[in-house]
Amino acid sequence: MRLEPRESTGLALRVGAPASAIVAALLLAAIPLGFAGVSLIAAYYEMFNGALGSVFALTETLTRATPLILTGLAVTAAFRAKLWNIGAEGQLYAGALAAVVIASYAWSSSPFVMIPAMMVAGAAAGAALLLVPTLLKTKLGVDEVVTTLLLNFVMLLFVSMMVEGPLQDPMSMGWPQSEPIVDEAVLPTLVARTRLHAGLIIALVAAILLSLLINRTRWGLEMRAVGANADAARFAGMKIGRVMVMTAVISGGLAGLAGVSEVAGVRGYVTLDLSPGYGYAGIVVAMLAQLSALGVVISAIFIAAVFVGADSMGRAMGVSSYLADLIVALSLLTMLVAGLVARYRIRWA
Amino acid sequence: MTLTDAAPVLRLTGITKRFGPLVANNAVNLHLGRGEVLALLGENGAGKSTLMSILFGHYTADEGTVEVANESGSLTPLRAGSPAAALEAGVGMVHQHFTLADNLSVLDNITLGTEGLWRAFQSRAAARRRLNTLMEDSGLTVPLERPVGNLSVGEQQRTEILKALYRGVRILVLDEPTAVLTPQEVNQLFDTLRRLTEHGLSIIFISHKLDEVTAISDRVAILRSGVMVGERETKSVDRGELAELMVGHAVELHGRDPQPRGDEVARLDTVSVPGPRGGVDLKEADLTLCEREIVGIAGVSGNGQGALAALLSGLAHPSDGSFDLFGSPVSRFDAGGFVADGVGRIPEDRHRDGTVGDMTVWENAILETYRDSANQRAGWVRIGAARDHAKRLIEAFDVRCPGPDAPIRLLSGGNMQKLIIGRVLENKPRLIIANQPTRGLDIGAVAFVQDRLLEAKRQGAAILLISEDLDELFQIADRLAVIHGGHLSEAKPTEDLTKRQVGLMMAGEGQGAHAA
Repeated sequence: MRLEPRESTGLALRVGAPASAIVAALLLAAIPLGFAGVSLIAAYYEMFNGALGSVFALTETLTRATPLILTGLAVTAAFRAKLWNIGAEGQLYAGALAAVVIASYAWSSSPFVMIPAMMVAGAAAGAALLLVPTLLKTKLGVDEVVTTLLLNFVMLLFVSMMVEGPLQDPMSMGWPQSEPIVDEAVLPTLVARTRLHAGLIIALVAAILLSLLINRTRWGLEMRAVGANADAARFAGMKIGRVMVMTAVISGGLAGLAGVSEVAGVRGYVTLDLSPGYGYAGIVVAMLAQLSALGVVISAIFIAAVFVGADSMGRAMGVSSYLADLIVALSLLTMLVAGLVARYRIRWA
Repeated sequence: MTLTDAAPVLRLTGITKRFGPLVANNAVNLHLGRGEVLALLGENGAGKSTLMSILFGHYTADEGTVEVANESGSLTPLRAGSPAAALEAGVGMVHQHFTLADNLSVLDNITLGTEGLWRAFQSRAAARRRLNTLMEDSGLTVPLERPVGNLSVGEQQRTEILKALYRGVRILVLDEPTAVLTPQEVNQLFDTLRRLTEHGLSIIFISHKLDEVTAISDRVAILRSGVMVGERETKSVDRGELAELMVGHAVELHGRDPQPRGDEVARLDTVSVPGPRGGVDLKEADLTLCEREIVGIAGVSGNGQGALAALLSGLAHPSDGSFDLFGSPVSRFDAGGFVADGVGRIPEDRHRDGTVGDMTVWENAILETYRDSANQRAGWVRIGAARDHAKRLIEAFDVRCPGPDAPIRLLSGGNMQKLIIGRVLENKPRLIIANQPTRGLDIGAVAFVQDRLLEAKRQGAAILLISEDLDELFQIADRLAVIHGGHLSEAKPTEDLTKRQVGLMMAGEGQGAHAA
């Protein structure tokens, strides 16, 4: 079996491949659902309903998609320059902690001061956390896959220390949770009586800005050139180290913003379960979008929809919550295969 | 010796292959006799590789048939699109880029994939015996136990040929086998090929070099734009005719054109430079480059040319000595700064250093100058202006490509090189560092590149031409120096030197090989 790149992908395939992927995922998921002994039609109805079937469901999906867009963008920026940032999870927590530090006290009465200050602080914290492994990579050749990954655990332990120590909420009765941010720093809700918050706007604007940066500016040209062929970039006079640092600031900053958005839009404070792995899921989101900044928005919403729908179906049908994870994983696998089929022709030889 | 009436071992009939709108092969007919060397001549992109890929089963032809002689000598159709069937039928191929595992020994490379893993392991002694006999018969000697990564390029190529022979091929396809070899290795290869044909092997020799084709082949088939435009007996053909068939029009190579030497542009005074990527260091080199002059650097690749080119391109620091550029000592070694100051650089490896394959033609066209105000404003790339610039280069330098938005990896080597030359010359450089600018190019592109360098020289540029091709150096360089083992000889006027002298110095013999 061989793969030949297609010269172009027809419209039928571009629409048909992802559609078949969804059908295939649902067919595969029918096997474990059958074992669980529930009606397939009812289960899938609940799933669709839970993800997209009502205003409430839709807002839940978008709320879930918001941090995924930001971490997906963080990974996209880094991977474009072949800076293998596996540490978006840690950078998200760094951003979240910085948000609490800046905004747990109302030093200004204007949200127009508090919110930007909190965003800058969160982005700076995320960027700083990625700068360390990036400089180790460019100066000493230390493999950033290892350092960024391990820093996630360091960061999680640091968060644990902070929420049980200096940043612990005195009103939490001993629970490991940070002080809350003040009302002036809370992101406004977009749809009344739902959790959907202005973080989505931040994420969408970030996607547009990153897309422009990568495709339209000299800095994006440098990132892409360094990522696609560092030798040629160096020959052409680009400073690889400087491009890497810039990429780290952008990538870490976006992941930090994801943390700010979760704290200021959803939770109000930091706990150790602030992120159910949004940083790692960002890698999947970015790969599914083939490192396109605008594609990240679509892939993040897709993953969020599957997750929210499967979760809601699990609760409605009373099946194990692991089934939801299984369906998410199956959808991702079939969607990746569909992406492959759309780009390559499979030849049996 | 007439070989056209020898028993045919291979016949291609009416082969047509299309890639989208491009017709890579158009109703191509070809036959090969037993013990014959057939040269397949054509420019880059003429369809030679496509045709061989069809023979070898990597592509399936849209129309036409491939027939290969079986054991008893009668032609039988080959199953299309199956490399396994091609191998089974005795067709072997040695690619331009070798398909060997560097960390394995020659023996393992040859036996791997030929037999099951376990069997190969079991029968190493038998394999070694068979290979020793093969090496004796063919004259191909390779150290069987050495890891392939430690072998010279010539030895790696012999390993590939040996691998094909070990698999019992009766038809051997060699894709531009001389591109990577030194002149001595080429002679050795030709001796081997002659011995192999005496043993009944039939050979298809893909090339675009006329002198090689006339030296080794019995018959020449010429492919141009996917069409078989001619077939000639080698002994009754002249090179001019072959060149014209291949290119489609007469080709004229221009000689050096002495100009009054202008001002000094660059001066190296006992400069030493560490070799890039662990290559040979440049040791205490003296060199002056002046306006309106081409200085040639002759030498077998890997003798310090890399360090010299890196220094003059702004990519490496000297560890010792002084380096003046445009009349003042260089303080910052920065490739971008060199380009801005008027140094044009044509890199040795256009795929690795010259272009970013996944980026578009227009992006590659501004890769060195994207910071200039012509190409960006406040950080925003002026895409319209850059695309127009690329279109002008495509037009002026005859870059054949689908357009400025195509990824540059789709271009042939020659067209990629034309774009790089255009990118360099459009900057009106005062100093041009051309490192192997014509290597691997077909004759039309070679003439084009040489003419552009001569033209730049007439306009006042100083040019350093690093080349392994003595004919080229004697043809266009005004002064020549030889580099060997990191030592650069004194550059002397080309008319005072003979190819024999320079050849000896390249091999490290003769006076002047070591600079004072």
